[in-house]
Amino acid sequence: MKIIVNGESVESGAATLADLLVDLGHGGAAVATAVNEGFVPATARANCPLRPGDRVEIVAPRQGG
Amino acid sequence: MPVFYGTEIASALMLGTALYPSPAILAEAFRRSGAGVATVSLRREAGGGREGQDFWALIRDLGVRVLPNTAGCHSVREAVTTAHMAREVFGTDWIKLEVIGHADTLQPDPFGLVEATRILSDEGFRVFPYCTEDLVLCDRLLRAGCGVLMPWGAPIGTGRGLMNPYGLRSLRAHFPDVPLVVDAGIGLPSHAAQAMEMGFDAVLLNTAVARAGDPAAMALAFARAIEAGALARAADPMEPRDMAAPSTPLLGQAVLA
Repeated sequence: MKIIVNGESVESGAATLADLLVDLGHGGAAVATAVNEGFVPATARANCPLRPGDRVEIVAPRQGG
Repeated sequence: MPVFYGTEIASALMLGTALYPSPAILAEAFRRSGAGVATVSLRREAGGGREGQDFWALIRDLGVRVLPNTAGCHSVREAVTTAHMAREVFGTDWIKLEVIGHADTLQPDPFGLVEATRILSDEGFRVFPYCTEDLVLCDRLLRAGCGVLMPWGAPIGTGRGLMNPYGLRSLRAHFPDVPLVVDAGIGLPSHAAQAMEMGFDAVLLNTAVARAGDPAAMALAFARAIEAGALARAADPMEPRDMAAPSTPLLGQAVLA
């Protein structure tokens, strides 16, 4: 299925958000996630199913003022 | 030293972490200045990317308190969601709340700011609102749950200093017990000293240090200016007056004319 990850169209077979993070190489990294503009805590990722067209945001620490 | 939500900070200098020539220079600026708080943000991370993880390791090694921001958020919803993400990643309920109302001036949206403050305070966040010096807005922010106010000195990145000293002094006078931070618009150490002389508790800046020719030296200059301003405030400065008043005694002056 096609989903949108950080604004880019991605072909993915991940059943859940947790699976997607592993597939993309984020396993264990300090990242936060949102699906369709809603925050998904790390503890809820395994129970967060992904559907075609979902918009996923994956963010990490960055410089800020 | 400033106390925010019951936590005392080792320095009244709060430093941003953006725009430095290199991570090493960023770290050196913190080390030389002794800044007590580092502001950070969240941005998209590519799959397998290390940039965010490496940056986070660098910040953790600084040993300072971290204050995540919601920079770039123009709506309450964006800001609230970003705050939730920041709390999880950075492991703190402190949040520098930015709800931007105007793209050119980066002026805070006062209405969205109050609404987001209420939501986040109710959810247990410790909100540090990036606000204007408007007295009524600041009163509403306090009522919405803020225990700190962070009015701008001037628009972000302009380095113009304290554009409305009267408004900032009014805040100090009206809210004597609320920690006040000048956030944004500071360009020179003298601007930071001025804020501290007014009785502000801390100063938050980024560009003035990061874009200096020697950021670490400038960070130290800010630290010393802030210390000088705080000492001056505690020493109870004289009141200015319009007419000259000789400091050397008139009595005993020889008549030579």
